[in-house]
Amino acid sequence: MADVLLEMRDITKTFPGVKALENVSIAVRRGEIHAICGENGAGKSTLMKVLSGVYPTGSYTGEIVLDGKPVHFNGIRDSESQGIVIIHQELALVPFLSIAENIFLGNEVRGAGGLIDWNRTNAEATKLLAEVGLAENPTSPVIQLGIGKQQLVEIAKALSKEVKLLILDEPTAALNDVDSAHLLDLLRRLRDRGITCIMISHKLNEITAIADSTTVIRDGRTVETLDMSAADSTQARIIRGMVGRDIDSFYPDRESAPGEEVFRIEDWTAWHPTQDRKVVDGASLNVRAGEVVGIAGLMGAGRTELAMSVFGRSYGRDISGRIFMHGKEVRARTVAEAINNGIAYATEDRKRYGLNLIADVCRNISSAALRKLSRGGWVNGNEEIKVAEQSRRDMNIKTSTVMATVGTLSGGNQQKVVLSKWLFTDPDVLILDEPTRGIDVGAKYEIYTIINKLVAQGKAVIVISSELPELLGMCDRVYTLSAGRITGEVPVREATQENLMALMTKEKELAG
Amino acid sequence: MTSTKPPQTRESGGSPAAALTTGTSDPRTLIMRNLRQSGIYVAFVVIVALFAILTDGVSLSPGNITNIVLQYSYILVLAIGMVILIIGGHIDLSVGSVVALTGAVSAVLVIQQGLPWWVGVVAAIAVGLAVGAWHGFWVAYIGMPAFIVTLAGMLLFRGLTLQVLDNISLSPFPAEYQKVANGFLNGLLGGQGYDAFTLIIGAVAVAGIAVSGYRTRAARIGYQQSVESFPLFVLRILLIGAVIMYFAWQLAHARGLPIVLIILAILVIVYGLVTRRTVFGRQVYAIGGNLSAAQLSGVKVKSVNFWMFVNMGFLAGVAGVIYSSRSNGAQPAAGNMFELDAIAAAFIGGAAVAGGVGTVVGAMVGGLIMAVMSNGMQLMGIDQSVQSVIKGLVLLFAVAFDIYNKRRVGANR
Repeated sequence: MADVLLEMRDITKTFPGVKALENVSIAVRRGEIHAICGENGAGKSTLMKVLSGVYPTGSYTGEIVLDGKPVHFNGIRDSESQGIVIIHQELALVPFLSIAENIFLGNEVRGAGGLIDWNRTNAEATKLLAEVGLAENPTSPVIQLGIGKQQLVEIAKALSKEVKLLILDEPTAALNDVDSAHLLDLLRRLRDRGITCIMISHKLNEITAIADSTTVIRDGRTVETLDMSAADSTQARIIRGMVGRDIDSFYPDRESAPGEEVFRIEDWTAWHPTQDRKVVDGASLNVRAGEVVGIAGLMGAGRTELAMSVFGRSYGRDISGRIFMHGKEVRARTVAEAINNGIAYATEDRKRYGLNLIADVCRNISSAALRKLSRGGWVNGNEEIKVAEQSRRDMNIKTSTVMATVGTLSGGNQQKVVLSKWLFTDPDVLILDEPTRGIDVGAKYEIYTIINKLVAQGKAVIVISSELPELLGMCDRVYTLSAGRITGEVPVREATQENLMALMTKEKELAG
Repeated sequence: MTSTKPPQTRESGGSPAAALTTGTSDPRTLIMRNLRQSGIYVAFVVIVALFAILTDGVSLSPGNITNIVLQYSYILVLAIGMVILIIGGHIDLSVGSVVALTGAVSAVLVIQQGLPWWVGVVAAIAVGLAVGAWHGFWVAYIGMPAFIVTLAGMLLFRGLTLQVLDNISLSPFPAEYQKVANGFLNGLLGGQGYDAFTLIIGAVAVAGIAVSGYRTRAARIGYQQSVESFPLFVLRILLIGAVIMYFAWQLAHARGLPIVLIILAILVIVYGLVTRRTVFGRQVYAIGGNLSAAQLSGVKVKSVNFWMFVNMGFLAGVAGVIYSSRSNGAQPAAGNMFELDAIAAAFIGGAAVAGGVGTVVGAMVGGLIMAVMSNGMQLMGIDQSVQSVIKGLVLLFAVAFDIYNKRRVGANR
C-alpha cells in the first residue's frame, strides 16, 4: 500500500485510577483523510493529545513514528515544528485580534529590527485565505466572523505553519449544513494537495462521504481500521465497532409499572446563546410516573442544552415550546418557577454547576428548597440539620458530619449530595444529567439503586447518559437525540446499542 | 480528557467500604478549619496584649477604650455592609463618598435649613438607600462589575457632596444630633465614681450570651450534632463574660455607655442573624460560593445582588450620620478612604477574595484589629508614614494567610 506518514504503536496512557488508552495502534497513510470514531469517552481526544505532545513523552508508553523516524514531543510546539497541527473543537482564536494577527499569532512575520511587518503579514494572510476559500479582509477582527468562517481561519493558520498532518477534532460539530459542506470540500482539496488529515467525528455520514480509512476506538482500545473504499465499510459497520460492548448484570432489577404521564414537552426549540444555530430543534418527549426515560446522544447533540433550557430557561435564547405537568401546561421561565412546578435538574458538571464546594453538606442539601425550612425569611437551622442527617442516612452519604465541606467528599458522595438537594425540593420529575459520570463502580450501583427507589415512589425520571449500556440497563424507554432533534424513541426491550447508535448518528436528510 | 470507565467491576476499589475512608473528612482538616476561624481571635488578643504592654497599659485605660469605640464605630458599621458584599462576590469602593454625601445632606437640612435633628437622620439614610439602589441597579440588572460601578460612584457621589455643600464645610449640629456619636447613657441609675447602668447592661449581655449559647448547645444535642464538651463550653462563656465585663467596667469608669456602641451592638446582632439564619443570608453565601450553582438552585440572583447593595447604602447612610455627628458638621472631604478601611476589616476578618466566605463578627474583629493598631501606634507617637506601612503589611499578610490556608485545604482533597 501507499507509504505510511504516521504510526502510533501500542500507546497506553493511564490517569490515576483509569486506563484511558490501552495498546492503541493506528497507522495513517500519506495523503489520506483518516477518520477516528468512538463513543464519548472512548479515548479519541486523549490519543490526539498524546500525538500533539499535550501529554509529553514519558507520560505514556508506546511509540510514535513520523515519516519512518521515532519522535518524542514535549509540547505542542514540538509537534508543530514537525508539521503536526491540531485544531480543537473549541476554537482557539483571539476574538478581538484581526484575522491576519490570529493566523500569525506566535509565528509573527518579522521585518527590519524584529518589528512585525504588517504589509507582508496581511499579504500572506490574504493568500492563505484564498487557499481556504474565505473572502474576508485579513484586517477585520475574528469576532465579526461566524463560527464556520472562524474554523476556516484556524485551517489557514495551520497552513501558515506548513502543515504535514492536520488533526481536526469534531470540525463540523458546531457548523450548520452549508458550512459543513464547505469545510468537507476544503478538506478534499487539501488532501489533493498532499496534506494528510486526521478527523475525529461523530457524524458517520460525513465520514463515509470523505474518509479514506476509519479507525474505531472503544474503551481506550483500537477495535479495527476500515478501508473506506471496501464495499462493506458502511455506517452500520462502524456503529457495530463503536458499541460492541457487553451489558453485564450490573444494574439492579426493577419492576416497571409506569402510570399517568407526569411531564411532557412539545416542540421545544432553543438557539445557541451566541451562535446562529439551533441547539434544540422541535423536540417533544414525555415521561410517566414510575418510569425512567433515557436521552441518548453524542457530544454536541444538545442533550444538556435541552435539559437546561427546559429547566427555567437556564441555557440558550429564543426558546419556544410548551411544558406540561400532569397534562396541564405550566410556566417555567425561571429556575424558581421550574422548581415550584416540580421539575428538578441535576447537572452533569456537579463541581461547576451543582454544588457550592466551599459550603458544608447541610447547606448544599437545603439550598434549592430553603423555603421549606423557613418561616418569614428565617431559616430553622436545626430542622435543616435534621433534613441533612436524614438524607445522609437515606443516601448513605459517607461523611463524618453534615457540617463537612462538600469539596472534601469523594465524587460519588458529592453526587449523592446533589441528589439529596433535588429530592428535598420534592420534585415530580427528575432530570439527571450524566448521574454517574466520574464516580466509582460501587457508588454507581448505589446511584442506580436510589433511582429505582424514586421510581418505585412514583417519581418520573429522565436520565441523560453517554453510556449506552447504562441507558439500556436503567430505562424503560430511550429517546435519541442528534443535532438537536429527537431522531427516535425506542422501548428498551427493542433497543440495542446498535440501533440506538444508528439513530444517534442520524443526520437530517440532506440534498447530496 | 473525557474518559468513562466501562461498567465492569474493578477489583476491590469500588466497594462501599473503600468509599467510606475517602468520604470522611479527616480530623486534620477540621482542626485546620477551626484554627483558621479562631486564628483571627487569637491574633486580636495578641495585638491587644502587645499594645497594652507597649503603651504601659494606656491603651486599655477607660478613656482610651471609649475613644476607640467612638473613633472607629463608623468604619465598623461600613464593614458590616462591606463583608456582606464581599461574601456575595462584590465590593463597594464608594462608601467613603456616600458617607460624605449623606452627612452633607443631613447638614444642609439641619444646619442650613434649621429642620429638626431627626429629619437629618432620616434624610441621610434615605439618600444612602437611594445610592444603594443606584449601584444595585447597575450591578444586578445591567450586569456590570461592582468594581467599576462603585468606582464611578466614588467619583460621582464625591462630586455631588461638593455640589450639596457648595464647597464649604457646615457646622455645628444641634446638641441632639451630636449625641448620636458623642453621647453616653450615663447616670441613669446613679453610681459612685462609676456608672451602674453600663455594668448592668454588660451583665445582661453576658447572661444573654450564656443563655442563648446554652440553648443552641442543647438544641444541637437534641439533633445529635457534635458539640464541645461541657467544661469547654463553660470556659468559653466565662472567658467571653470576663472580657465583656472588663470592657463594661472600663466604660463605666470613663463616661458611661456610648450611644453609638448601642447602635453598633444592635447592628452586629441583627446582621449576624441575617447572615447566618435568614434565607437572604444563605443566598448571599450561595451566590458568592458558586454563582452558577446558586442560579440553578432557583436563587433569584439579580434581586439578591440588588438588595445587597441597597443594604450597603443603608449602612453607609447610618455611618454618614455617625460620622457627621462625631465631627459635628459636614466637610467636602469627609469619609476619604473609609472604603479601604472597611474592605481591609472584612478581609482581615477572614472574608475570601473570591467570595462565599466571611462573617460579620469576623469583620468586626478585623476592624477592631485595625482600630487597636492605629490607636496604639498613635499613643506611642509612631509616625503616620510608619503606621500606614504597618497597616498595609497586616492586610497583605492576612489575605496571604487566607490564600495559603485555602491551598492547604485544596491539597487535602
